[in-house]
Amino acid sequence: MARALINVPAKAKRGEIIEIKTLMAHPMETGFRTGVDGKLVPRDIITQFVCTYNGEVVFSAELFPAITANPFLAFTTIATESGALVFSWTDNHGQTQVQTAPIHVE
Amino acid sequence: MWNELRSAGVIAALALCAGARAEDARRSGFDDMGPGTQAMQREDSSNPGMLSALEGESLWSAPAGPAQTSCASCHGEASASMKGVAARYPAFDTASQRPLDLAGRISQCRDQRQQAGPLPRESRELVALTTYVGLQSRGQPIAPPEDARLTPFRDAGKALYSQRMGQLNFSCAQCHDENAGGHLGAALIPQAHPTGYPLYRLEWQATGSLQRRLRNCMIGTRAEPFTYGGLEYIELELFLMQRAAGMAIETPAVRP
Repeated sequence: MARALINVPAKAKRGEIIEIKTLMAHPMETGFRTGVDGKLVPRDIITQFVCTYNGEVVFSAELFPAITANPFLAFTTIATESGALVFSWTDNHGQTQVQTAPIHVE
Repeated sequence: MWNELRSAGVIAALALCAGARAEDARRSGFDDMGPGTQAMQREDSSNPGMLSALEGESLWSAPAGPAQTSCASCHGEASASMKGVAARYPAFDTASQRPLDLAGRISQCRDQRQQAGPLPRESRELVALTTYVGLQSRGQPIAPPEDARLTPFRDAGKALYSQRMGQLNFSCAQCHDENAGGHLGAALIPQAHPTGYPLYRLEWQATGSLQRRLRNCMIGTRAEPFTYGGLEYIELELFLMQRAAGMAIETPAVRP
């Protein structure tokens, strides 16, 4: 898989609601389209996205063929402790890409 | 006394700027798109064009060719060496005696200096590198070079702009000058200022060049598109950049 853009506030107050935005570079090829040779282009999509905050799942999503290329996901959580947010995207071939963003809670 | 005079001068200059802005009826496509798409472009972490710029950034320092040189080996940090470059293109290339657009220059550099072979037009790598170089000029005013050798090409571009073509027999000017601000179906007709290329089009779900966009319009009028990298596209780009001179570069823009 490719690169991702992640926006997590570097600092937050304890108990504050923070917004997290992720943008993943991915073709999200549906598997229903035909290429120039007339054959079906094989499906290549992200099927699952999970975000954990210090080991606890705070957001997860299932993705399907009708979702746009380069999917953008934004969600909120409550800042509890300093630590790491771990993001993982899994595609339909079972490959997973993981990225981490630190967060400092005061 | 001197200070008062100076502040009066500043106020006069500010008033002049404001006047110039009020007179400028040119609008970037950004001004007329929906607030959601505008927000998408404004913030780098939600702008999908930045994915292309990120890829370009890693390609910038990736070695290629027999000597294993990268863009960075000669040009160093792009943020310093490439600042304002995109605002000056297309420029005249002395070696080939014709104007070159930014993508053409990058591809030429890769072919002749790195000796890694030219990058195909509209390939992901070339679009990514062009986006990354274009990003270094974001916010700068478009400043077409005052090079007399470009004049005949720019004039040819101007002629192309108002030349009817295709089965529908439309010229660029008929939509983008005479009917700009109107609608074609549900889509707003923009004034066609190329301020944000390469840009991310939601319709394409990808980052693409001005040539891809022009090709799009030509197919719409049922004309046969010019070949990618063709001189006609570069002539048109020369004219469009002159027409948009002074407007700020937005690369990578987002458009519907």
